Amino acid sequence: MSKNIKHDFVEKRVGWLAVLMTIAISIGGLVEITPLLFQKQTNEPVIGLKPYTALEMEGRDVYIREGCNNCHSQMIRPFRSETERYGHYSLAGEHVWERPHLWGSKRTGPDLARVGGRYSDEWHYVHLMNPRDVVPESNMPGFPWLAENTLDGELTAKKLEVFRKFGAPYTDEEIAGAKAAVQGKTEMEALIAYLQVLGTGLTQAK
Amino acid sequence: MSSFWSAWIIVLTLAFLVGIIWLLRWNMTNYTGIKEGELMDHEFDGIVEINNPMPRWWTILFWITIVWGFLYLALYPGLGNFAGLLGWSSSNQDVRSLEESKQATEAAREAGLIVEYDRQIDQAEEKFGPVFAALSERSIEELSQDPEAVKIGQRLFIQNCAQCHGSNAMGGKGFPNLTDDDWLYGGTPAAIKQSLIAGRNGMMPAQSQFNEQQITELATYVISLSGRKVDPELAKAGEANFAVCAACHGQDAKGNQALGAPNLTDNIWLYGGSQDAIEETLRNGRNGVMPAWKDILGEDKIHVISSYVYGLSQD
Repeated sequence: MSKNIKHDFVEKRVGWLAVLMTIAISIGGLVEITPLLFQKQTNEPVIGLKPYTALEMEGRDVYIREGCNNCHSQMIRPFRSETERYGHYSLAGEHVWERPHLWGSKRTGPDLARVGGRYSDEWHYVHLMNPRDVVPESNMPGFPWLAENTLDGELTAKKLEVFRKFGAPYTDEEIAGAKAAVQGKTEMEALIAYLQVLGTGLTQAK
Repeated sequence: MSSFWSAWIIVLTLAFLVGIIWLLRWNMTNYTGIKEGELMDHEFDGIVEINNPMPRWWTILFWITIVWGFLYLALYPGLGNFAGLLGWSSSNQDVRSLEESKQATEAAREAGLIVEYDRQIDQAEEKFGPVFAALSERSIEELSQDPEAVKIGQRLFIQNCAQCHGSNAMGGKGFPNLTDDDWLYGGTPAAIKQSLIAGRNGMMPAQSQFNEQQITELATYVISLSGRKVDPELAKAGEANFAVCAACHGQDAKGNQALGAPNLTDNIWLYGGSQDAIEETLRNGRNGVMPAWKDILGEDKIHVISSYVYGLSQD
């Protein structure tokens, strides 16, 4: 074999091959992701953003458990065709306390990033029990058990505490009162409370 | 972005591009001492390697992508704080409120930068702005007779209102029918528009002061108000307690549009007119909410939707 074939070097040394490959595929992340971790734009909340209340936090967990994000995105892209329907496009500062974010990537149903305040609580209740009662052509499943399941609030305070560690500005009183705030409420109430606050941090800032 | 991170991005990006050029050139040089198309001097289980160059079409494509990369980075934002020669960006992401978003749009316009989203909005405004401006100058009554305006109003209604009121505007349980000329808050053009702009909040309190017997009597009396056949004795007993209801629904039970209290004599029922449904209403109360649309749709569009809704009950 000719000694001149230089890429022999990595072809025969798997350790070096791994190191060089890691460097090659890291460049994209180092350029596109790492700087974002240190930007004001991605770390500073929009003016008026409030952390989820205890009930909204429980509603968010119901949203995750039922897989709402499989069919509903929470990310309005900056196109007129989207903002005409959903409102101002989503901003990074609206999601600084989201762990994990629920942007989603599939829209079998409409985007929910700004669904807060758009319909009444009553509408959400009827719609979640059986969507076809209000939207006959809907193919969304009903979630009637949410109205029967009640929350015990055992973990609510813990959830708020974890989010506080991530930077959400909860007060000690809010954490102490978290269990009482959700105990006995139904999952339906929690989910509706969560839906009604989505996107309002930006649009209803005073 | 701080200059450190800007430099970080620029250095890594350019170094990577230069690295790729080097890699490509290095792989295109024949440094084996073996002529192209001839056997390399190694063999494994009878499999041999021929010293073939990389395909020409492939290397040309590779060069094009590299040139494309440099052109892109020169024209568009990509290299840290360098905004690109075109001054193009997709949207105002570096804002923290609607106010700041508006300011950023203005600032970009003054600086002659191209913000793609704002450009889309400007184009739409140019096209649709005069249409809505012309419509908003005309009265709601007049628009409700104009087929063109009705068509626009219907599209907007289907998109924004049909979720509750239905695509035929005939509502459902808890969501008012808009075609029957029976109005909770008034059916004048001004009242309809106000309902859309600021929303409405209808509150029927739960009548927990009554026992089950009294609830049944009261419900029976309420049913009798629209001329339906009921047990006259029960109704009579219910009438005695109607004074509580009269505070909102009026002594004559014809309702009060200032409060959104429905007329109880017309046999039109928002939450159902059966004995059970009325008892449930009395027992638990009702809360009807019409959301406010001013910030979502803007006044011009609301004007057109109002005319569509107004027209639904005019013949």
